[in-house]
Amino acid sequence: MNLIDVKNLSKRFPMGKGEFTALKDINLTIGKGEFVGLIGPSGSGKTTLLNILGSLDVPSDGEAIVLGNSIGALSAKQSAMLRKESLGFIFQSYNLLQVHTVYENVEFPLLLLKLPAAERKKMVMDALAWVGLTDKAKSKPPQLSGGECQRVAIARAMVKRPSLVLADEPTANLDAANSHNILKTMEALNRDLNTTFVFATHDEKVIGYLRRKIFLLDGSIDKDEVVEHSKIAAS
Amino acid sequence: MKLAIKLAYRNLIGAGLRTWLNVIVLSFSFVVIIWMKGVLVGWDYQAKNDMTNWEIGAGQYWHQTYDPFDPFTFTDSHAPIPQELFSEVESGDIEPMLVAQATIYPQGRMQPITIMGVRPSQRIFMLPTSRLDSLTSAIPAVIGNSVARNLKLNVGDYVTIRWRDAQGMFDAADVVIVDVFSCNVPAVEAGKIYIALDKLQSMLMLPNQASLLTFADAEKERPQVEGWTLKSKEELTKSVDDLIKTKTVGQSVFYMILLLLAMLAIFDTQVLSIFRRQKEIGTYIALGYTRRQVVGLFTVEGAMHSILAALVAAVYGMPFLIWQAKAGWTMPMDVSDYGMAMAQTLYPVYSIGLVLSTVLIVVLVTTVVSYWPARKIAKMNPTEALRGKIQ
Ligand SMILES: Nc1ncnc2c1ncn2[C@@H]1O[C@H](COP(=O)(O)OP(=O)(O)O)[C@@H](O)[C@H]1O
Ligand SMILES: [Mg+2]
Repeated sequence: MNLIDVKNLSKRFPMGKGEFTALKDINLTIGKGEFVGLIGPSGSGKTTLLNILGSLDVPSDGEAIVLGNSIGALSAKQSAMLRKESLGFIFQSYNLLQVHTVYENVEFPLLLLKLPAAERKKMVMDALAWVGLTDKAKSKPPQLSGGECQRVAIARAMVKRPSLVLADEPTANLDAANSHNILKTMEALNRDLNTTFVFATHDEKVIGYLRRKIFLLDGSIDKDEVVEHSKIAAS
Repeated sequence: MKLAIKLAYRNLIGAGLRTWLNVIVLSFSFVVIIWMKGVLVGWDYQAKNDMTNWEIGAGQYWHQTYDPFDPFTFTDSHAPIPQELFSEVESGDIEPMLVAQATIYPQGRMQPITIMGVRPSQRIFMLPTSRLDSLTSAIPAVIGNSVARNLKLNVGDYVTIRWRDAQGMFDAADVVIVDVFSCNVPAVEAGKIYIALDKLQSMLMLPNQASLLTFADAEKERPQVEGWTLKSKEELTKSVDDLIKTKTVGQSVFYMILLLLAMLAIFDTQVLSIFRRQKEIGTYIALGYTRRQVVGLFTVEGAMHSILAALVAAVYGMPFLIWQAKAGWTMPMDVSDYGMAMAQTLYPVYSIGLVLSTVLIVVLVTTVVSYWPARKIAKMNPTEALRGKIQ
């Protein structure tokens, strides 16, 4: 079974008196364990598509089935449940809770899942270890560098071991070294935990790590290509 | 709910100064409201206590025509002490008083005055009546401070009084002021002069007669007595309750303003939060909160200000309130002309009910004020919230 099944999906936004079509007739399937990117210039509809896959928005036409759930048909409660249990989000601007510590930020999704304290603690410490931030557990986001913040965000997205992580321009605010660092981290998590990653990006550094590239142009899929293994190994 | 409380607490403490400013303003409301209400309760209690000790005992029988507000009734408001009360009068458990209207001539001026005949041996009132037994050439009399001031009389001064006896004959005599007392019940002092009951009875030619019968025992069932009106303590102190009630209404306006200010601060914080924290709201939703849960979180966050305020208020308010209850609050203005039983220093009295109801009301109002702006979140589009685009 595919993790994601998008069929004839369109998304239109009201604009002035008329409508603006942000996504046109998208057809797409993504399987378990993929490390795939939606690539395209600014305004091509990457975020819009990612939001629909994350059940933060609904299609205007067609269907998006994520983990067996048809996004447009979910109630507010059901879509919240889907996000809570199965999805992880990584944002361009990290979106950490500023007044909470690193530990508390990473713990947050587990609190929502009402996991017992001991289990939470172990999972948070594991997640912090994945991203190499064990010693920053007590710090707060304002005390961290951008790279560290994004690693906290990765830990927060990964801590509950979701089936699918959606990352919207995760490197846009990072320098090259930090970008490579977090990409390697995500690559390792994808390999070790078989988590599916879907990126929205136009950053060459990210594109270099992808194993599948879906090019968007003006709301349509322009190209969808799988990168050969030899090529990844070479880079 | 538990999670909302935990998160709300982290967010509030994390917000730092802003939270504490709101909390301090709110805690101030708590302390002031409890203190002001406590003063009123203490005043009510003290006023009734003073009236008991100086004027009404545990209740009174009034001669059926007696009206303290109409001195013209005094002439006819007297009757022999009822037989069935003799033994209690004998034992001092009931104190008869005779009331007469007279004229006093201090320094050649002429003033109306009420003469109160009271037994020197009485134990119900705190009046210094034992001095009425003094052996002097004139009639020994005691007066209150305010009368002494108005008539410019001091202890040892002689003054002429003129009255009409039961037959309507005018007579006059000199009295000597043997003591000046001070009490918090204006009606006890104002326009009154106290002399020995038997003296007044003989002056008026009304032997064994009285206008008022005051009893000491609050527990005893009081029968109706022919020709006399029974006045219970509740009835006699009703004016105090009425006055306190009007004061309470006046105070409520003040609380309202105080609460309004505190609520304005909370409301402002909430509205600002919802705009400044759009991304955070979007993040909560992305992480699996429903919008309704976010509304709940923000409401709890706002309401929690009042809980923190109650705790802060307890820290500095409790010592203050306890100290006030002990030291009392001395009013800056002179209260002797206030027209009701009121001590210069009031001792606030706080009950558990008072504290709990105040906390409950403030928490309730804060919750409503917090919920109001938070409802906006329910209408937010999460993708726009995440981009921080909502105006
Ligand atoms: N809520 C919205 N209302 C109106 N237009 C929108 C909205 N969200 C996105 N768009 C428009 O849709 C297009 C695609 O946006 P987006 O998916 O954010 O692009 P990308 O992430 O590829 O830069 C853009 O032209 C954008 O202005
Ligand atoms: Mg985008």
